[in-house]
Parts: sequence; C-alpha cells; structure tokens
Amino acid sequence: MRRTAPPASPASSSSSSRRKAATRLVLLVATRKGAWLFHGDARRKTWTADGPHFLGHTISHLQLDPRDGRTLLAAAKTGHLGPTIFRSTNLGRSWKEAQRPPAFAQASGGMPGRAVDHVFWLTPGHASEPGSWYAGTSPQGLFRSEDGGVSWLPLPAVNDNPQLREWMGSVQDGTPDGPKLHSVIVDPRDAKHLYFAMSGGGVHESRDGGASWSTLIQGLEVVEGFDPGTVTFHDPHCVRLCPAMPDRLYQQNHCGIYRLDRNGNPAGEVWQRIGRKMPKRVGDIGFPMVVHPRDADTAWVFPMDGTTVWPRTSPAGRPAAYVTRNAGKSWQRLDQGLPESQAWWTVKRQAMTADALATPALYLGTTSGELWIGRDEGASWSNIARHLPEIYAVEVAELGA
Amino acid sequence: MQVLIPAALQSYTRAARVAATGDSLDAMFADLEQRYPGLRFRVVDERGLLRPNMRIFVNGLGVRELRHALQPEDAVAIVLALSGG
Repeated sequence: MRRTAPPASPASSSSSSRRKAATRLVLLVATRKGAWLFHGDARRKTWTADGPHFLGHTISHLQLDPRDGRTLLAAAKTGHLGPTIFRSTNLGRSWKEAQRPPAFAQASGGMPGRAVDHVFWLTPGHASEPGSWYAGTSPQGLFRSEDGGVSWLPLPAVNDNPQLREWMGSVQDGTPDGPKLHSVIVDPRDAKHLYFAMSGGGVHESRDGGASWSTLIQGLEVVEGFDPGTVTFHDPHCVRLCPAMPDRLYQQNHCGIYRLDRNGNPAGEVWQRIGRKMPKRVGDIGFPMVVHPRDADTAWVFPMDGTTVWPRTSPAGRPAAYVTRNAGKSWQRLDQGLPESQAWWTVKRQAMTADALATPALYLGTTSGELWIGRDEGASWSNIARHLPEIYAVEVAELGA
Repeated sequence: MQVLIPAALQSYTRAARVAATGDSLDAMFADLEQRYPGLRFRVVDERGLLRPNMRIFVNGLGVRELRHALQPEDAVAIVLALSGG
C-alpha cells in the first residue's frame, strides 16, 4: 500500500512544478570543527561551499526556520568553553549569540544539579507558533524558546521529573559522546502534541505542550538479557514522524528498526520491528532514520556494524542505504556510486535527510567528513564534498525562488 | 584587578587583558558578564562551577573555588586547561 499525501496547496500542478523548479536548496552541515552551508543550483547538480563558520567549534546541529526562511540556529561549544547557541538571520553572513542559552534550573527535590554539556538537537516549533523552538541537550534535557532562539527556558516536566531523571541515568550511563535527548518532534496537526527520545531512556509523548509525558516503548527490544520493562534500557537512536501520515512513526533503535502506527488505543500501540526483513549479513542497527516527505510507506536507513564491540562502521566496509517502499515489509539496497569496499565510515543520527522536491534526493554526511547526495531517492549516489571534519548533522532547507 | 583573557574568549572582550572589579572570583565574573554578555556561561556552568577544562590562576596560583577572595591589585588569568594535547 502506498500512502501519498494530498497536495499541500490548491495550486495547479503546473504552477507547483514551476515553484519547485525554481526552489534552491541549502545544505546545513554541522561538524566537529565548524559549520558549512552548501548552496545548490536549481537542478541540484552543483553545490557551492560557504564556510567554515565557527572554525574549531563543535557544531552539533544547524537548522533553518522553515516558517520565516531566514532564522538559522547553530548549537555550538568548543573543547573548553561551555555550550551556547548562535543565531543568524542572513544565512550566516553574521551571527549573534543567544542571550540566554539552554541551562538547567537549580537543583531541587533532592536531585543532583546538572550542567548542560552541549546542545545536541534543534527543532523548530509548530507552524502556528512563530519563533518557537525546542532544544535537546546532553546530558538529557529539553528546552524551549519563544523568541526565535534568543532565550531558552527548561521544561521542568522533563528536566526535573524524578521518574524521567531515573530513566536518564547519570552522565556516565550515556553514549560515548554523552547521553542525548534527541528526536524532538512536533505534530504538524497539533502544536501541543510532542515527542522526544533519549539515548538511553526511551521514547516519550506529550499531548499538553510538554506539561506531562507518557512513555511509548511497547514492542521495542533491548539488549539481550535486560528487562524491556525497564525504560532505562531502551535506546532509540532516531525517531521520525511521517509528514504524509502523522500517526505513523519510524524509529532506528540500538536494537533494530521499528514502525509505530498510532491507532488511538494505547493497548494496541506496539512498535513493529520492521528491521527483521533486512538482510541478515547487514542487520538492522544504525543511527539515522529518514522518511519520505509525501509517501508514508517509504523510509530509508543507513545500517552500521553493531556487532561485538560496536565498531560503528559500515558493515564489512561497504556503505549502503536501504529503502523500504512498503512500510517495512521489504528493503532494497541503495549503493550505486558509494565505495564498493574498504570504506569504514558511518553516518550519525542527524546526518542523513531528504529534500521535499518532486523527486526527493537524499543527503548524508559521514564520520570521515564526506558529503553525499543520493539522487532519485537514493538510487544513485555522488559526492558533494570530502575532507570536511567529522560530520555530525546534515539538514536540507528550501530557500525559495 | 587585571584579567588575562584566553584567545577563545576574546570574541567577547576584543582584548587580551581587561580590568575588572569584585571582591571574589564570583563577583569578578559578574562584573565581566555585565560588560561582556555571555562570557561567564562559557567559563562557569549553571551550578556555579568552573567548567571542566577551564582553569583560573590568581597571582600564579591555581584556584577552582569561585568564592576565592580577590584584592584590587590581584592578577587573574583565565586559562584553557591543557587537556589532552
């Protein structure tokens, strides 16, 4: 079954095509040593590098506000200096630091105080709430801005919630670069309906704008021998909502690839491990999860080696994306143009995305500093840039005509 | 007192040395923050602790407590720790 979203506007298909033909894309590339913008031509054939911005700063995420098309936020820190957020309203020609970057509230309720190490994830708020943004941090915290990223306030129902704090664990319990709160998702139909995920600490949902949260882990597996009933052991790597069908979520987890179709009945909301249909020699471990802008049955992953000591490389040194076009019933390998052997890089959870043009292209950034485009929905890959620092995040934004 | 500013923080001060006032390191950072907004949070976290890779020297002696008392003639250096090369 192929689920296709209706046109977003009543414009005729020919005028829509003209608009899309004139759309220019910019790739927002966040790396361990700075940020780059790659401006594409209308055909996505040539890309012009603009950067580095913040050379030497660790940039975890770079996001353009789709509501105003001009506010660009960069989550930054350096090896020594504390975390902050920089803002630009002219596509990076000039930057200004947030006046109040994300910072935890003072310790209360007997829980130990925490300090934000870095802002890891940035999500623009709902279309009906201009200027609103969410930020996920390491150690895990959720923050909101209502003024375009100038000032940020903690969400106490997450950051100071004793139950969530228990599931978060301590800094030492997290991933090698620190425990992350990520995959902050705003339901396009409802500004109050939010999701986030934690590595580790499960997937969580709010229907009241973040005032209260419930857990969504039914059906998810954990590392063998551990109790799946303990939220702490759940390690979602990346969760995406289908714009074409907002009741459908896809997830790349530490323990497999999943799909969840929300049906309104909590007892029936169980994640399905669709990664079981991946080739056994490749497995279904990885970091990124990408959904199609208009077809809820199509999604992409980029598997990595998650065996033994977790090498976090392409399986067998042969990188490839995999696509499902039937919501996870089957998967096809997409490696045309990618290295055929001895390529030991992989792709982090924010470093793979798709544009929303008529025939979407995929984009990915590698841990070895290469930027790739997968034309025709990943059917054919070509290199845009190499020799960049380790890439942490790749986003694609439309700049309009 | 005079404060030596490391290169990584000179985007705030536009100078390698600045004058500051305050009877403690905490008060000195409050004074610097007033004139160079954002600087303090890059050095001191929200718990009031010096960040792990930052060091402060007062008259050549390493100090980690922000309540450390200062005299007007003290020389303070904010230093990026040599953490791992």
